[in-house]
Amino acid sequence: MKPPAFRYHAPTDLAEALDALDGVGHDGKVLAGGQSLIPMLNMRLAAPAHLVDINGLAELSYVRTDPGGVAVGALARHAEVEADEAAHAVVPLLRQGLRLVAHPVIRNRGTTVGSLAHADPSGEMTAVLALLGGSMTLARKGATRTVAAEDFFLGPLESCIEPGELAVAAYFPRLPGRTGTEFVEIARRHGDYAMCGVAAAVTVDDDLRITSARTAYLSLSPVPLVLDLTDALIGRTADTAEWNDAATLAGASLEPEPDIHATAEYRAQLARVLTVRALRTATERAARVEPNPTAPSTTDERSA
Amino acid sequence: MTETQIPTEQRLDIRLNVNGVLRTATVTPRRLLSDCLRHDLGLTGTHVGCEHGVCGACTIRVDGKPMRGCLMFAVSAQGHEITTVEGLADADGTMHPVQQAFRECHGLQCGFCTPGFLTVVSAFLEENPTPTEEEAREAISGNLCRCTGYQNIVKSVLRAAEITHERRAEQAEGDAR
Ligand SMILES: Cc1cc2nc3c(=O)[nH]c(=O)nc-3n(C[C@H](O)[C@H](O)[C@H](O)COP(=O)(O)OP(=O)(O)OC[C@H]3O[C@@H](n4cnc5c(N)ncnc54)[C@H](O)[C@@H]3O)c2cc1C
Ligand code: FES
Ligand code: FES
Repeated sequence: MKPPAFRYHAPTDLAEALDALDGVGHDGKVLAGGQSLIPMLNMRLAAPAHLVDINGLAELSYVRTDPGGVAVGALARHAEVEADEAAHAVVPLLRQGLRLVAHPVIRNRGTTVGSLAHADPSGEMTAVLALLGGSMTLARKGATRTVAAEDFFLGPLESCIEPGELAVAAYFPRLPGRTGTEFVEIARRHGDYAMCGVAAAVTVDDDLRITSARTAYLSLSPVPLVLDLTDALIGRTADTAEWNDAATLAGASLEPEPDIHATAEYRAQLARVLTVRALRTATERAARVEPNPTAPSTTDERSA
Repeated sequence: MTETQIPTEQRLDIRLNVNGVLRTATVTPRRLLSDCLRHDLGLTGTHVGCEHGVCGACTIRVDGKPMRGCLMFAVSAQGHEITTVEGLADADGTMHPVQQAFRECHGLQCGFCTPGFLTVVSAFLEENPTPTEEEAREAISGNLCRCTGYQNIVKSVLRAAEITHERRAEQAEGDAR
């Protein structure tokens, strides 16, 4: 249970880090919080020749909130993002998801951008980014690109980050007014990776009738799965909605795989039950969200 | 598979601030912080159970915040203040309130998991000095104990909060006199 040997690079600013990553190319890996990478090294599931430690890049340790959403730098720890009140006011789904990521001690070190880079389909942040239609900013020596969530995740533990590239930030856009969100999951033990998790975003009109309902799923598919369940709920309110119709509609699109933790059938059942719970709470919350956020949201067109 | 079989392996001189003392060591970059504390610095209070972040026995405080010693490299810990279980008691040997509470409430049996609980709980009570039982349970949810059972550990957390208040009150009384 000891990591294999590697060469260690400790850049102190972004330019140095990109130089180092450029130099090591395919043989290198980024070390952020290490809360996924170091277990993999300890278990010898990974053996990179070089590690580029970005913990010295103070410039990437930020959570910046503007009226349109929240930008999270690569060195912001889960716990810092979770505690950030400004971010919570604009994108409440972030904290709703983060409190389900591992235990507080792991969140003190693990980074939010690192968990997206890790692209684990059981990672709560992947579902949050996908449901919000967020994006990742990737930098390499001499070039920067922004990739939408739907193009970022390629498969289990696989993102579109290329050798030599560093994910410098993630952007979580604000949802339109009168939209409520919720994140629920079931894990075998509190704090473990979930057997199934559901994030929901529901928009209502001035009469509190549902105009849009979308969900994203954890641990059910190789990349985060986002479903539009509006058809099953449109025009209904929190009191008149037929939640089971939404669960049935969702169930038709889900093809869970069995594994050591749960059979496919059990997972599908969890998904239906959690879909209902998440949608119901999100709908109730939507009524309490201001009709129009103080500034125009950048996500209007996406969630229309 | 000893390190000497890899002649080219990088070695780095590091300086670590542990329990307020500046310590030096020469380590390979892959040296886990937990191993560095135990083997290079002789601080064996930090225990090692699983080495993949699950059991919590190796938990130490980095700049006050509890983190897994087995999921950090010693080289990455430079420039940060590290507190291990050895650093919790006062210089005169007075136990930290959390240590006293675990003793009073039988919060340990074999003691293997205890250093991790003590570091986590000491940090938790600084943030939340008057926790409910539910909050106490949540605070220790990332630490595993295989023998005591969690009832007495939860009691210890609540008792530690009381002891902290009692000591503060005594202090205030003493100052007033
Ligand atoms: C006991 C335990 C339980 C956990 N439970 C959960 C859970 O329930 N849900 C959950 O989501 N996570 C969980 N985690 C993982 C945790 O969230 C990690 O923090 C996260 O997955 C990875 O973030 P990190 O900063 O630690 O990245 P690292 O471990 O440092 O890196 C992970 C991978 O991403 C790459 N990487 C990291 N940052 C960048 C970057 N900026 N640019 C390019 N590549 C990068 C690394 O090269 C590596 O391949 C758990 C971890 C532990 C130890
Ligand atoms: S030894 Fe570090 S968490 Fe188990
Ligand atoms: S006291 Fe023995 S493992 Fe906790």
